[in-house]
Amino acid sequence: MSNQQKLVQSFSSALAIAQEQVQDLLAYNSIPEWDSTAHMILIAELEGQFDVMLDTDDIIDMSSVGKAKEILTKHGVSFE
Amino acid sequence: MNKPLASAALQGKRILITGATGGIGQWVAKLCHESGADVMLQGRDTAKLDALCATLTDRVKCFQYDVTDEHAVKRTFAQIQSDGLDGLVNCAGIMQDSALAMTRLQSVREQFDVNAVGSFLHLQLASRIMMRKRAGSIVNLSSAVGEQGSGGQIGYAMSKAAVTGMTKSAAKELAPFNIRVNAVAPGFIDTDLVASYSEGKRAQIFSHIPLVRAGEAKEVADLISFLLSDHAAYITGQIIGIDGGMRL
Repeated sequence: MSNQQKLVQSFSSALAIAQEQVQDLLAYNSIPEWDSTAHMILIAELEGQFDVMLDTDDIIDMSSVGKAKEILTKHGVSFE
Repeated sequence: MNKPLASAALQGKRILITGATGGIGQWVAKLCHESGADVMLQGRDTAKLDALCATLTDRVKCFQYDVTDEHAVKRTFAQIQSDGLDGLVNCAGIMQDSALAMTRLQSVREQFDVNAVGSFLHLQLASRIMMRKRAGSIVNLSSAVGEQGSGGQIGYAMSKAAVTGMTKSAAKELAPFNIRVNAVAPGFIDTDLVASYSEGKRAQIFSHIPLVRAGEAKEVADLISFLLSDHAAYITGQIIGIDGGMRL
């Protein structure tokens, strides 16, 4: 499974939304499913999926799917 | 010596214990290990930590770092995260007695850093790992002093009161993830922290304790290991006194 697929699966699972909804522009708090509680579930999913330990600033800054990719890239995850 | 609450109550659970070389921490490490847990022990003193780990043989990992060192704490969690975490016990703590007028701000900050901020750092990172399995138990060390106040211990009381607030807040926030957060609030326990107390001072303290004795570190560890276990599955957000009736 590619990292892009893992990312989509993590978002879909954590937020309980369809995989088609997981687009780069999907933003935190823009849909009811992505609230602060779901955000913590998402962080746990992403950390487990990619075996990374995010910084608190990363968690605060993770404001969209695109931003999540940017942050994960910083931690050595490639989306090429 | 009494046997652990249930010999397999913590079987297969992975538990991180800070301050593991301290009076209470050592007993928590021993009881969790005897109850079947894989224990990860934090301490600052390498010699003490190595000696403790040597007594536990298998199912033990030791981590030497300072609980107030944010980077060291994160490095440790990065190492343990892939295997998961079921329990955290924040035992690391310091106590500096001084009267209000003679308490330096530095002393207040040091006690806050170790007792409250260090516990917060571990709680924050541990809860993120526990969220992956939607399960976990965190036990903080508060104190009867944090609950009731104590003349001559204002800095310590402040730091332990902070632990109480942290425990209750975290319990509310983490309950939806099936992560329980509790604290124990020991009264007068025979540990190194009070080893310098004179007989007169001990007698004066005992006069306020209905059971008229100091508690033992093992008795506190028994309560902690119970809270870590599934026997306490419906207990969260509690600050449980273990003080010989001091608060009656």
